[in-house]
Amino acid sequence: MKLTQGAFSFLPDLTDAQITKQIQYAIDKSWAVSIEYTDDPHPRNSYWEMWGLPLFDIKDPAAILFELNMARKAKPNYYIKISAFDNTRGTESCVLSFIVQRPAYEPGFRLVRQEVAGSSASLHYRSLCTLC
Amino acid sequence: MSQAVESRTRIKSERYESGVIPYAKMGYWDPDYVIKETDILALFRCTPQPGVDPVEAAAALAGESSTATWTVVWTDLLTACDLYRAKAYRVDPVPGAADTYFCYVAYDIDLFEEGSLANLTASIIGNIFGFKAVKALRLEDMRFPYALLKTYQGPATGLVVERERMDKFGRPLLGATVKPKLGLSGKNYGRVVFEGLKGGLDFLKDDENINSQPFMRYRERFLYSMEGVNHAAAMTGEVKGHYLNATAATMEDMYERADFCNQLGSIIVMIDLVIGYTAIQSMAKWCRKTDTILHLHRAGNSTYSRQKNHGMNFRVICKWMRMSGVDHIHAGTVVGKLEGDPLMIKGFYNTLLDCKSEVNLPEGLFFAQDWASLRKCVPVASGGIHCGQMHQLINYLGDDVVYQFGGGTIGHPDGIQAGATANRVALECMVLARNEGRDYVSEGPQILRDAAKTCGPLQTALDLWKDITFNYASTDTADFATTKTANR
Repeated sequence: MKLTQGAFSFLPDLTDAQITKQIQYAIDKSWAVSIEYTDDPHPRNSYWEMWGLPLFDIKDPAAILFELNMARKAKPNYYIKISAFDNTRGTESCVLSFIVQRPAYEPGFRLVRQEVAGSSASLHYRSLCTLC
Repeated sequence: MSQAVESRTRIKSERYESGVIPYAKMGYWDPDYVIKETDILALFRCTPQPGVDPVEAAAALAGESSTATWTVVWTDLLTACDLYRAKAYRVDPVPGAADTYFCYVAYDIDLFEEGSLANLTASIIGNIFGFKAVKALRLEDMRFPYALLKTYQGPATGLVVERERMDKFGRPLLGATVKPKLGLSGKNYGRVVFEGLKGGLDFLKDDENINSQPFMRYRERFLYSMEGVNHAAAMTGEVKGHYLNATAATMEDMYERADFCNQLGSIIVMIDLVIGYTAIQSMAKWCRKTDTILHLHRAGNSTYSRQKNHGMNFRVICKWMRMSGVDHIHAGTVVGKLEGDPLMIKGFYNTLLDCKSEVNLPEGLFFAQDWASLRKCVPVASGGIHCGQMHQLINYLGDDVVYQFGGGTIGHPDGIQAGATANRVALECMVLARNEGRDYVSEGPQILRDAAKTCGPLQTALDLWKDITFNYASTDTADFATTKTANR
């Protein structure tokens, strides 16, 4: 399967040149850019691992691309995403997020159906670990 | 012989002698009134009956929407009556419209119960719209003071937390309404939900009139729809939702349906505007308590919001609904099949999303107000839109919105998944291009054609719907003069 979280997952994987332009967009808006990675991309996993702190006050997208490349090197078979954070009053939240690396094989999830009373079924889904 | 007691005790003051005196003279007109920070303000577009003085009409509106009745009553004197009298304080002729006036009225905050929309609206729109002295009347805008807003819950979830729960940032959300509106069985209905979500939409949606009819009882719909939601979530790795319409005959029925939603793990529940203000506020509280997003379909609003001379402007509904606590409200598309002047729609969106609103006459915003930290209510654009208009949609409506492509998803020749994918790809390529700094509005059609090179379903959709536009003049447009008109 192809995990379609993030703003651009339905497009062909972004090139570094395209990623740089999105980072520039975030910097121009004074958003802090952060890099996160995981091998557990369950849709309800709110906390991917942080690759260091969010990069506050960085004016050059190259500095962020450098960190991204370090993350890619250290975690070649993980999902990596770039997020941008806006601390404006009334938002104070993530405002852009997109995947910039996927593992070679994406096993996805399995829907687990458990029969319960009547015609209901208890439905939940389970991550199939990407590193298995 | 001395006078009878009734005659001796008659009130001598000219103001309180029994009889009928003009509202303006009764104290409901005060051109020198100084607006208090805590006042509620209302702006009416008023067409008085021929021969009725506009100031008297404005005073009558103030009177009948606050304390007055048609004649003088001595019991006024048992109250601090001047406080309870609403004050008409300004009357301007409507630019370009003969015999029509903008009438401004101020109400003291103590005229209203805290946190009750039913109480507020019973005053403001309770009586005066049937008043014989006015030929037609429209409530155009209102200002709510900080102090009053703090007594309202506001959106149960709000835009920011909705995005966090959905894990969707930096792009508009995508939805579609299941079609046909009526007749599908639960199992067939759930199929549409599953296909649309798996194809790339974030939400599917019940329509306003789908409740618990003989062809599909609500539990059947809820069960199959939630199977579709969970299955699609597992296959895409994304949080997905389906607006389950809990609208029903009684509040008890609605709670029962909403509880079933919750039991099945739905992140969102839906209601229709026609359930009424009290029921809406009840559902908003239920949603805050159960961590559920509340979607409101504005069913019925055009019966009173569309015509310019009578009824109420939709921006007032937007304000009331944000206060009542809904998280989503249908607010127009500009380019779709339903009514909407671009600037007026912008005004609705700003009303729902601003932390602070400024006066903006072209957008129809007559008052500035601070939203007192009430959360942001997400506008929903639905009705006759398709992916070929993506650049225009993003230009007019921005990121903080749900685009709902019903026919534009389910009507795709290659099926619902293909329709959903076409919409999602169109959306993502346009956001990407905009962020890259491209002139996406003028280059939009080319950006879409380029994206379609790697997405067959998008190419098919663009070919099919390329000539579909709904270019009709709007009935509801702003009326303002660039220079200030004199107060009367």
